[in-house]
Amino acid sequence: MARLSQPMVERARDTIALYPHPRSALIPLLHLAQEQDGWVTPDAMEHIAELLDLTPAEVLGTASFYDMLFLEPTGQHLIAICTNIACLLNGGYELLEHAEEKLGIKAGATTPDGKFTIEEVECIALCGQAPCLAVNWRFFGKVTNEGFDQLVDELGAGRLADEIPPHGTLCRTRRAVGLVAGVPEGAAVEPVQEHTPVEEQH
Amino acid sequence: MAVDLPAPIVTARYGLPESWTLRTYLDHGGYEGLRTALQTAREELVEQVTTATLLGRGGAGFPAGQKWSMLRKAEPVYLVVNGDESEPATFKDHQLMVTDPHQIVEGALICAYAVGAAAAFIYVRGEFALGLERMTQAVNEAYEYGAIGRDIFGSGWSIDLVVHPGAGAYICGEETALLESLEGKRGFPRIKPPFFPAAIGLYGAPTVVNNVETVANLPWITRHGGSAFAAMGAGRSTGTRIFSLSGRVKRPGNYEVEMAKTTFGDLFYDPRLGGGIIDDRPLKAFIPGGASAPWFGPDKVDMPLDQDEVGKAGSMLGSGSIVVMDDTTCAVRAAWRITRFFHHESCGQCTPCREGAGWLDKVLYRIEQGAGREEDLDLLFDVCDNIAPGLSWPPRQTTICVLGPSIPSSIVSAIRMFRDEFLVHIKDGQCPYR
Repeated sequence: MARLSQPMVERARDTIALYPHPRSALIPLLHLAQEQDGWVTPDAMEHIAELLDLTPAEVLGTASFYDMLFLEPTGQHLIAICTNIACLLNGGYELLEHAEEKLGIKAGATTPDGKFTIEEVECIALCGQAPCLAVNWRFFGKVTNEGFDQLVDELGAGRLADEIPPHGTLCRTRRAVGLVAGVPEGAAVEPVQEHTPVEEQH
Repeated sequence: MAVDLPAPIVTARYGLPESWTLRTYLDHGGYEGLRTALQTAREELVEQVTTATLLGRGGAGFPAGQKWSMLRKAEPVYLVVNGDESEPATFKDHQLMVTDPHQIVEGALICAYAVGAAAAFIYVRGEFALGLERMTQAVNEAYEYGAIGRDIFGSGWSIDLVVHPGAGAYICGEETALLESLEGKRGFPRIKPPFFPAAIGLYGAPTVVNNVETVANLPWITRHGGSAFAAMGAGRSTGTRIFSLSGRVKRPGNYEVEMAKTTFGDLFYDPRLGGGIIDDRPLKAFIPGGASAPWFGPDKVDMPLDQDEVGKAGSMLGSGSIVVMDDTTCAVRAAWRITRFFHHESCGQCTPCREGAGWLDKVLYRIEQGAGREEDLDLLFDVCDNIAPGLSWPPRQTTICVLGPSIPSSIVSAIRMFRDEFLVHIKDGQCPYR
């Protein structure tokens, strides 16, 4: 249970600055909270509310709508197995059953060591490679039972740590620039020239 | 005779080494469309897109040029690119964002310039982690290259572009729900009228919402002209389009083909496309345009991939995703799984959708599990009729958005086409396909 750390607060402030209205940064900030703790803690939601001048209830109201945001702890590796139509036709449920057997838990549950959570999910848009799954939203297609066992073994041994970050880390590429198009004079890195609307040039 | 496969437009850079980088993009015509656009009058650009008859590639198929022309005259105007691809069996935008993100950035910029947008946002489905990384990297590179930011390519035009992550909600692909989500709220669709994005969109401002594939076509259209695009296809179904082919075919995947000149059968059986049904089994049925679309039987296999033709025949090309079912497919199970999806994804605002989807899910599940009753088929029709009165096509609506009226599509199709299969489940007390 933690508020956002100082580096996270700085990333949050950079994110808020990208939007005409601060509340638009709410979902990106909830992702930051989940990156920090692996789930969205009540303390983090309260902190986000302060940063965006919202009530904690407003933050919870948004957070509770979205499937990717976990309001309670989850496993280190969230294994999301698709069973929607394209996967259904190509062994998605059989894969899910195998996964449940291999890890000894039902979909929706977490292994006692906290390493794995299985989730049955809706279409994850990799239907050309059905049946498919994602681990912390890194995608794997044409998954066989043997392939699944191997994947779980590698994850358990920590051999895929470079490719698959812990649950909550979504986008590892950071935006490099803030807003520059409408930066007022004096605040810009380079001199600002008077902006002439293009339609007047024609 | 085999169908002609045209030179691809939006998938032209697929397969190139590091196709997602600025370097590769520039080596293959990248940002030439934007340079051309910035030397063109805005009205002329809108005219080109209108001439192209570029139909929206997200699902509704509304002409992009017309959408841009409907904007309420007010400042500011926003552009929001919809990359929240979640329609079951649709996987073209996911691949586009991962494989050629610069094309989407360039297309977004051309659109933003044409409509005079003050800022642009690309809403990327939250689950697409690699897509988010690639889109963010492309935006970073484009800023550094001078394609985004202040005084773009010395034109005097400036704009910022923000990549925005979703967080897992099918309904946010609906444009007004997407705007709510982008404003930091629950993804509840807004009622139309009055909340047409062109009139009252993001933060209440006039807003263009275009699909990822739609804007990806703009660099090509800008460079080659709207007439060149309209010269492909037929009628209103012009140009090429990516179709996501999945299910029981040998070569599932995304295929960019010429609209109206290619048939469903070409997609299924051409060795360069679907390559035929797995184990060469018979085709049972197919879904022509995403889980929301009514199904077609084998009699429609020679129908062209033409938006209006498919519409007249009682279904839609929708999001461009085609699911093939063979004779090993249980129609009851397929219809149940699609219905369960809508039950899960209903936002809960409207009673017919929220409650109806739950009822339908439960009744279909008990039939599939062998616990159905003969009167269940009438019950299913009755509940469907309460969501979309008359069960006509296009469906009538009792709800704020079209998610609700999409639910009956697969159920009504499955019962009308495979009534006997439902009855066997009920009489035998088990699924005949197990």
